[in-house]
Amino acid sequence: MAGMSAPPANPLAKSPMGGSAPPPAPPRYHPWDDAALIATLFAVDPSGVGGVCLRALPGPVRDQWLADTRELLPPDMHRRKIPLHVTDGRLLGGLDLTATLRAGRPVAEHGLLAEAHGGVVELAMAERVRGSPVSYLCAALDTGEVVLERDGIALRSPARLGVIALDEGSNEDEQVADALVDRLAFLVDLSPIGVRDMGDLPYAVADIVAARERLPQVTISEAQVNAICETALALGIHSLRASLHAVRVARIAAALDGDPEVTDGQVNLAARLVMAPRATQLPSMEPPPDQEPPPPEPPPPDQDGESDANQEQRNDPLADQILDATKATIPQDLLERLRLGQMRRAKVRSTGKSGQVQQANMRGRPAGVRRGELRPGDRLNLIETLRAAAPWQRVRRAERERGLTPDRLAVPLPAPVKRGGRKKAAPVVMPRIEVRKDDFRIQKYKHRSETTAVFVVDASGSSALHRLGEAKGAVELLLADCYVRRDRVALVAFRGKMAELLLPPTRSLVRTKRCLADLPGGGGTPLASGIEVGLALADAVKRRGGTPLLVLLTDGRANVARNGEGGRPKATEEALIVARLVRAAGVAAMVVDTSNHPHPQAKALAEAMDATYMPLPHADAGRLNAAVKAKAGL
Amino acid sequence: MPVPFPFSAIVGQEEMKLALLIGAVDSRIGGVLVFGDRGTGKSTAIRALAALLPKMKVVADCRYGCDPDAAPDVLCAECRAHRGDTPFKTKQVPVPVVDLPLGATEDRVIGALDLEMALTRGEKAFEPGLLARAHRGFLYIDEVNLLEDHLVDALLDVAASGENLVEREGLSVRHPARFVLIGSGNPEEGELRPQLLDRFGLSVEVRTPQDLATRVQVVRLRDEYERDPNAFAEKWKRKDAKVRKRITDAQALLPEIEVSEQTLEQAARLCMALGTDGLRGELTLIRAGRALAALEGDKSVEITHLRRLAPPALRHRLRRDPLDESGSTARVDRVVQELFPA
Repeated sequence: MAGMSAPPANPLAKSPMGGSAPPPAPPRYHPWDDAALIATLFAVDPSGVGGVCLRALPGPVRDQWLADTRELLPPDMHRRKIPLHVTDGRLLGGLDLTATLRAGRPVAEHGLLAEAHGGVVELAMAERVRGSPVSYLCAALDTGEVVLERDGIALRSPARLGVIALDEGSNEDEQVADALVDRLAFLVDLSPIGVRDMGDLPYAVADIVAARERLPQVTISEAQVNAICETALALGIHSLRASLHAVRVARIAAALDGDPEVTDGQVNLAARLVMAPRATQLPSMEPPPDQEPPPPEPPPPDQDGESDANQEQRNDPLADQILDATKATIPQDLLERLRLGQMRRAKVRSTGKSGQVQQANMRGRPAGVRRGELRPGDRLNLIETLRAAAPWQRVRRAERERGLTPDRLAVPLPAPVKRGGRKKAAPVVMPRIEVRKDDFRIQKYKHRSETTAVFVVDASGSSALHRLGEAKGAVELLLADCYVRRDRVALVAFRGKMAELLLPPTRSLVRTKRCLADLPGGGGTPLASGIEVGLALADAVKRRGGTPLLVLLTDGRANVARNGEGGRPKATEEALIVARLVRAAGVAAMVVDTSNHPHPQAKALAEAMDATYMPLPHADAGRLNAAVKAKAGL
Repeated sequence: MPVPFPFSAIVGQEEMKLALLIGAVDSRIGGVLVFGDRGTGKSTAIRALAALLPKMKVVADCRYGCDPDAAPDVLCAECRAHRGDTPFKTKQVPVPVVDLPLGATEDRVIGALDLEMALTRGEKAFEPGLLARAHRGFLYIDEVNLLEDHLVDALLDVAASGENLVEREGLSVRHPARFVLIGSGNPEEGELRPQLLDRFGLSVEVRTPQDLATRVQVVRLRDEYERDPNAFAEKWKRKDAKVRKRITDAQALLPEIEVSEQTLEQAARLCMALGTDGLRGELTLIRAGRALAALEGDKSVEITHLRRLAPPALRHRLRRDPLDESGSTARVDRVVQELFPA
């Protein structure tokens, strides 16, 4: 389409050029121009830059961008689309069953990644792709090849490719996996672009072909690399891949313009395109005051020390200039987004559930085989299939010799050969085993997604005794219901100085009831220990493939710390910290406030855990039950 | 496959490089776990190490790559049967560094029925898996935290016993499989079970460098490499050769390294103070200490070695304390400082 004739004026020239004159008024970047430029830069070296994360809903703008990009890529280049629920076998390759059976020896089949070697893959609904497909893509991007060790096949095939991740996320909760985003040079958001904003492409196909030729010779100076790295630090971009991408993009921009050496303007452009969307802090900005440390598990990079260091280090005029240019395109709502991003990080972990459900037929413990048709997503158990085929060999061979080829045969057989022909080196290798459709055995996987409700009961003196009775009543009712659903329950109680696992996950209603009835009350409230034991249990449940639900019954008034010492402030603080760990672990939780009047401490605890809050006075057992059901997604 | 990035051209990440070298010097160290930020060159370092390792002597046409000088109990069944008649025919081969790709199926990892034999001749035969290929070398698992649990269990079992026992489909095969397990991953994408953590000898935390000079150097070298990998590898060839010599020298020196009573006691005190469960921490600390001493050309293991190795050898064995936000490395350092002030 666009720009096939004379390319319009060089868009790079518009960027502020380095050195001499002070840059004019801050240039305005039009989103479509940038998007079109990114399409061009990507087309020059798709595998070099890794790819583009394209955030846009399906529509004319995205279609246009994709069409433009396709036009810029060589016509004979491989292009593959990866659908959302792609199987491992299709992505990586594996045993080509039909060919294998026909040939009578293992025949490998390439997966999508290897098929796209030298080309581009489009990842559909990238924001929903998690788990293994992401890892496979990342591995291919890192090593430029696909290593296959599956189904009795070992194969290494080249897979140098560029990725276009089609991100259709509509809010901050849905984002492409971080590991993949890190490996793609460009993040483009087409959503602010209207149909009327679209324009022509800045370069023609011929320019791109020429640029590909020139690219290996283009050099970048030390000072420029320095400036790029400085910019990354100033913008709080930690991964070094961003700087590497910027260097690559700068060289591509130079190759497009026919420059043997990267100019400062091109560095500027690269930094702007690659880094602005990744900024996590505004340059020379104090760390946001309210940025409280996220849950301790992944230690956050030391922001304070680092930005101080930046202040001292930033004395390079080129870096300053790049920063100014980059700043112009950093979204104004960066701070807002940062906060959202942190929340997102906490949430993303809990999205594992949908992934588990999606892959239910491929994951979990192998649980026997079944006979049947091989449907997409199924995995053939070859050994069992062969075993099933074995006893019938003599019969089938006889059938074949009599010239009867039943239509149940899975694969056409080569022409019959007389018995004994083998000794004279038959021209056609006969399959020694005949496998028919009836023999197919498909691996079954048991996916354990049963819910385990972990009850953490406050049996301390502060939870006045009659409240404990009520809590017990509520738990008993829930138990009966859990039993009906064949869920498992576990019981943790805390009082005095420590928490205790009274009952490991069980389905036994009787045991649980007895355990609960025997539960004595009184003593201090070691709340943090209670939550901790409950969380450890929930974690174990999760690792076994189950879905834990933490139900905490307490008044929230902690007064014993984890080390068994008394003291309200410390105990409360610890309880809140452990509660945050529950949120970080992505365990569904609810807090049932057992105090006489709804208490702010229990509520604060629920908030820290990201849990549903239910004050018991209003929570008769029936409502409690309904709440647990809702929370467990039943 | 393109020429790998040279090991000696990796900027910084000293702890990771040291841990890998220690693994290369003494394979009994129990594996190395490299956990950390994205884009810190975890995989690069391991692939680089593969290219740098000295060659090893194997029994010619042994499918498991047996060591001709090994004791009989470390040989595969065929080599053991052959032993004593005539000396082995030997050859030099590169030390295997086997990639265990994500999505690998169990049959390929452990070994299984030979599909080809079954299909073409209807015979049952054992087809060795990745574990056999990794014998006497390294088995590298990127994203070890994403690997399915049952595979990890099987791996660690074999790594600990040095032998792979396959009992399935009426086959009963036993073959040596001594390898250094190297796992890498990003903790943000999933944690490793504590039981598994403990099975790794050394664990290294890698962070993205935060100082400008280092970052610039990383980017520049990487850019240079990408523009012409072969020329770049050529340029670093001599430095890589030096590292290789360091490994071979250390391997030769290793049996002579002494460990005094005092050092043993110091290691024990360190582990006790940190409350690491089991003896594995102590053993690893001493073993790694010997390898480190050998790498540095020292004659015995001293407290200076232990001090450096305490974090990688012990940090993953601490009992988790969710309220201590200082992190396990800081905890190890603190105890080391208290017990053995420099």
